[in-house]
Amino acid sequence: MSDRIIFDNVSKFYGDVLGVNRVNLSIPPGITSLVGPNGSGKTTLMNLMTGLIRPTRGSIQILGMTIDDPENLFRVVGYSSQFDSFPKGLSGYEFIYSYLLLYGFDRAQADEFAWRAIDRVGLREAAQRKVGGYSKGMRQRIRLAQAIAHNPRVLILDEPLNGLDPLVRAETIALFRSFAGEGCHVILSSHVLHEVDIISDQVILMSAGYVVAEGNIQSVRNEIQDQPMQILIRCKQPSELAARFFEEDDVVEVRLHHDRAGLLVKTTNPTRFYRSMNHLARTGVGLESVAPVDDDVNSVYEYLIGEEGSR
Amino acid sequence: MNLLRWQQVLGVIRLEIRKTFFAKRGFWIYLLALAPVGLFLLHTIIEIQLRHMGRTRDASIGQMSFIYAGIFQFFYLRLAIFFGCLGIFMNLFRGEMLDKSLHFYLLTPMRREVLLVGKYLAGLIAASVIFSISTALQLAAVLAQFDSATISHFLYQSHGLSQIASYLGVTILACLGYGSVFLAAGMLFRNPIIPAAVVLVWEAANPVLPSILKKISVIYYLKSLCPVSIPVDPGMPSLLALLVSNAEPVAGYLAVTGLLLLSALILVASMKRVRRLEINYTTE
Ligand SMILES: Nc1ncnc2c1ncn2[C@@H]1O[C@H](COP(=O)(O)OP(=O)(O)OP(=O)(O)O)[C@@H](O)[C@H]1O
Ligand SMILES: [Mg+2]
Repeated sequence: MSDRIIFDNVSKFYGDVLGVNRVNLSIPPGITSLVGPNGSGKTTLMNLMTGLIRPTRGSIQILGMTIDDPENLFRVVGYSSQFDSFPKGLSGYEFIYSYLLLYGFDRAQADEFAWRAIDRVGLREAAQRKVGGYSKGMRQRIRLAQAIAHNPRVLILDEPLNGLDPLVRAETIALFRSFAGEGCHVILSSHVLHEVDIISDQVILMSAGYVVAEGNIQSVRNEIQDQPMQILIRCKQPSELAARFFEEDDVVEVRLHHDRAGLLVKTTNPTRFYRSMNHLARTGVGLESVAPVDDDVNSVYEYLIGEEGSR
Repeated sequence: MNLLRWQQVLGVIRLEIRKTFFAKRGFWIYLLALAPVGLFLLHTIIEIQLRHMGRTRDASIGQMSFIYAGIFQFFYLRLAIFFGCLGIFMNLFRGEMLDKSLHFYLLTPMRREVLLVGKYLAGLIAASVIFSISTALQLAAVLAQFDSATISHFLYQSHGLSQIASYLGVTILACLGYGSVFLAAGMLFRNPIIPAAVVLVWEAANPVLPSILKKISVIYYLKSLCPVSIPVDPGMPSLLALLVSNAEPVAGYLAVTGLLLLSALILVASMKRVRRLEINYTTE
């Protein structure tokens, strides 16, 4: 049996709108990141892999299975989609438990698996509350728990780090690593290369519906290393925090956001910067969120894709 | 079907049943179901009041059964159950597309046909319970104006019990038939007004359709199964007379078979459709 996820000349059009075009991929186990700006086709690829949409042309195989065979496919595939919505009126636990029953697990097993998944994402306290009252990060985590609850060997996660605070983000990344360490496929998407580069075994760069580069992260990372990246930090006392950032070597610019409730930081080494943010978070400086500034990401992309394309 | 698929059907029913019974969007369905109960209750109370005041008008149980038959066919089957099923069954798929939660089902190791059957059964349970309780309450309300001797004579000597059983049976068959129609409509249309109007007109036009097309209709079979047919009297407006007329009645067992067959065909067509269904929440 194949251990690959294979796209064979896959195109998807939504009416006249291009989703993805002529995609050929063979994805081995490990952490694979789909990276590309908004609208580049990441979600389309993931929805294709899980049969939520069908290819206009081409074919897709997941570990030797076709996407038309849900009874076998979803024993091994778990998908946390980008849709931030849930069945009405269920608590986090009920949500996971009820759908586990559809796998044919008996009640005791479903209960056990549900709690195990909830514990892995650290939501035990909130599990009995209605999902409708969850925060964005909690919703993100309960969707992750739902995707891993049946022990899939292929985990597909659409922007799984979105809305997570630095601490939870680190824990979640550790979770991905442990899955990959067990020989699973972990496929995740992000529109920020810096967010996923250190954790990925391979990256697939997407732009406007095409796969523009694919492969080992090392080469790609070197290229963007010295391209400064702009990050927006939301916090309670921006000016106090600003003083700290000036001490860091990789920070080339710090500005107060125009609404005075955040800082815009330019750094040449986002990896190191994110790491020091994790330290900061623990010292209780009242961090609310840390996120790259979108426009800037796009410009990094142009740079990145331009380089790749010119080779 | 193997055991796992039955388990999955039950699992879907379990998730759906609560949504169908307690949907906030579906509150009006209860009003629709209870409206005729209220109407008959009011009528009965007025009758009893009048009798107390000595002005006996004494509607006979025979007369009442014609009145009931009329309201059952015109209001209850064609409007209340029709729109009730529209509300319940169209929302099975369409509601989850609006809520953006349908994909969770499609990501489980379950054939989509199994999902469809589970959802249909959940809708059928909800609709049957709501509307047969209403039918039973209506009949109780109608009968309440008579004294116990009259009632027991009606029940045991003039086929009263079998009439009641027929009304309940027709109620459930109506849910079954209209249920399949609107389940299918919910996968094809986002806007419920279009299929509602089309089916409503189609059902009303049934008497004037050629005999072969007549059979592609829910009301055609239900009409033949109603225990009391409405007398056409010459003074009736011609349109009403047309609706009432049952020119080509079918035998009971054929009507039941025909309706089951029609619903099964619609469900099979829906299964073909659900297999090709794509998640596309964005386009309205
Ligand atoms: N249901 C749809 N109908 C029409 N066009 C669509 C649909 N879904 C996606 N598209 C189009 O397909 C292209 C790829 O979209 P996709 O959602 O896959 O991008 P993405 O990389 O996931 O973007 P994001 O980072 O914003 O999530 C876009 O041009 C988008 O407009
Ligand atoms: Mg996306």
